[in-house]
Amino acid sequence: MSRFFGWGARIGAMMNENRGGPWGSGGGSGDAGGGGGGGPRNPWGQPPRGKKPAGGGTTGNVTSLDDFLKKSKERFGGRFPESGGRPYWLYGLGIFLILWLLFTSFHRIGPQERGVVTRLGSYSSTLSPGIAMTLPAPIDRVQKIDVEEIRTIDIGSTDASSENLILTGDQNIIDLAYSVRWNISDPELYLFQISNPEETIREVAESAMRAVVAGVSLDDAIGAGRSEIEQRVEQTMQQLLNDYNSGITVQGVAIKQSDPPAAVNDAFKEVSAAQQQAQSYINDARAYALQLTAKAQGEAAAFDKVYEEYRLSPEVTRRRMYYETMEKVLSRVDKTIVEAPGVTPYLALPEVQRRAQEGAAR
Amino acid sequence: MIARLGRNPIALGFLALLLLIVIGSTFSVVPETRQAVIVRFGDVDRTVNRYQAGVPFGNTGAGLIARIPFVEEIHWIDKRILSIPMDRQQVLSTDQLRLQVDAFARYRIVDPVRMYISARTEERVSDQLRPILGSALRNELGKRPFAALLSPERGQMMDNIQNALNRVARQYGAEIIDVRIKRADLPDGTPLESAYQRMQTARQQEARSIRAQGLKQAQIIRAEADAEAARTYADAFGKDPDFYEFYRAMQSYETSFVDNGSGQPVGKSSIILSPQNEYLKEFSGRR
Repeated sequence: MSRFFGWGARIGAMMNENRGGPWGSGGGSGDAGGGGGGGPRNPWGQPPRGKKPAGGGTTGNVTSLDDFLKKSKERFGGRFPESGGRPYWLYGLGIFLILWLLFTSFHRIGPQERGVVTRLGSYSSTLSPGIAMTLPAPIDRVQKIDVEEIRTIDIGSTDASSENLILTGDQNIIDLAYSVRWNISDPELYLFQISNPEETIREVAESAMRAVVAGVSLDDAIGAGRSEIEQRVEQTMQQLLNDYNSGITVQGVAIKQSDPPAAVNDAFKEVSAAQQQAQSYINDARAYALQLTAKAQGEAAAFDKVYEEYRLSPEVTRRRMYYETMEKVLSRVDKTIVEAPGVTPYLALPEVQRRAQEGAAR
Repeated sequence: MIARLGRNPIALGFLALLLLIVIGSTFSVVPETRQAVIVRFGDVDRTVNRYQAGVPFGNTGAGLIARIPFVEEIHWIDKRILSIPMDRQQVLSTDQLRLQVDAFARYRIVDPVRMYISARTEERVSDQLRPILGSALRNELGKRPFAALLSPERGQMMDNIQNALNRVARQYGAEIIDVRIKRADLPDGTPLESAYQRMQTARQQEARSIRAQGLKQAQIIRAEADAEAARTYADAFGKDPDFYEFYRAMQSYETSFVDNGSGQPVGKSSIILSPQNEYLKEFSGRR
């Protein structure tokens, strides 16, 4: 704590020096003042030692504050009002210092955060969630890092306007858009190892994706193999980032879009159209088959029924059917019965035609 | 003299300011992310927080350092892993196909003194290494057929490139950690167009073959149905071919002359019968 006080006093002393305080006896007196609790040198920790004339301090040592204030009043036309012998600005400075110490010594680390403490630049510790105390600001610095937040980097876009083309293993091209989700697993490494973490992740992701896609075929890349690609990219990325000691964990890679490029999209649509068409051919054939089979079965069943009856009395059934059919047929047609021998039956075909036309007209 | 200063606050302020400057230029904080090369009159005197593999943070040389003001100068060098982005390179494979390659290398300054002497800044190191990376990449990839370029990680290629680059990087006090190909694309224009065309024709071929397969299957299904219907008919009608002949004839007459099932009127027919016809057998009465 002595270090702490010494520092506080030093700051105060420096400020005073800057303002050209009267007790500054040159050299490092302010600096040393109050360092080890050297009472008499502390400018405000001392009771007034009686009024001395402005230039009378021949020792050059610290004079009383009252002296200084008097002089100040003379010099600045009483800009610092007195209040019980202590100036307001000194209180202000004190409050500022206390606030400064409070705000820079106590740190509230949220449940999702870690605080990386560096003491004069050198890493000292990592704070866990909760309230933690460190040395005040210029000595200890705390950088809060959110280790739970999942960050996302998008590569490529699902817009039609931009294409992120990647060559597949069978030398085809696909338009790929994907996102990488990651978080910081090791805040010290994250802060101290990589100069540009986001850019690094992006480059590593692109490199890993290209390497993985170059090993699969087009059909796998746009279809069934997507989840496997995602997994392999994730593994490759994690391995590379571990090699860099980056303190980054890849939570997942998600392929948002994996399409053929716009230039060949029509041809790809043609394939799906052909698939539909082929299916419709097959459906038509199935319908025909069902129809035909049903018809055959129906006719066979009908024949079977009639045949059963026919077997019971073949002759009668046969005659009955013959007459019934003939009746139906002959009742609908023009009949000419030629009986007498020697009569030449004259079939007037034009006449028949004419009559047919008349019949149609009527 | 002190008394004089006491009387002269402006001189005192000036002195204090001078003191601050001296303190400020004497003490410096070396953060974990930087290495410091301390140069005295242009000569490298010592280094602070130099990179050493495997040293945990906190035990490195980072911290408060002092130096002789105005005599010693601190030159800062990044300690972290840095990146060399490379311009696009066109690579010609052994089978005369072109590929545009985007690569990057990651490096770290491991010898800050050498780096300070030879390059001074990280940007200069990157600028020096960039063309080397490009030519190493072209040389190595140019020895392979196109198909091998698509996945260069599989072979020795990346190692060779990294070694070639490392030889140069060592002169600048840098160590190459990794060389990766970020993108490998077909160049715009003819190569891309012809790739597209190949993809298109491949798809068209696939579409045709799918359609033909569909037709084939449809035909097989129809034929199977025909065969099954024929079997059903044969099973039923085969029981009495003679009766079938009669039965079918009756159906046929009816369909032809009366109603063909389509709902259309049947054309007018005229039938000339002889009295000897089977149908008219009873016409003449029983004798």
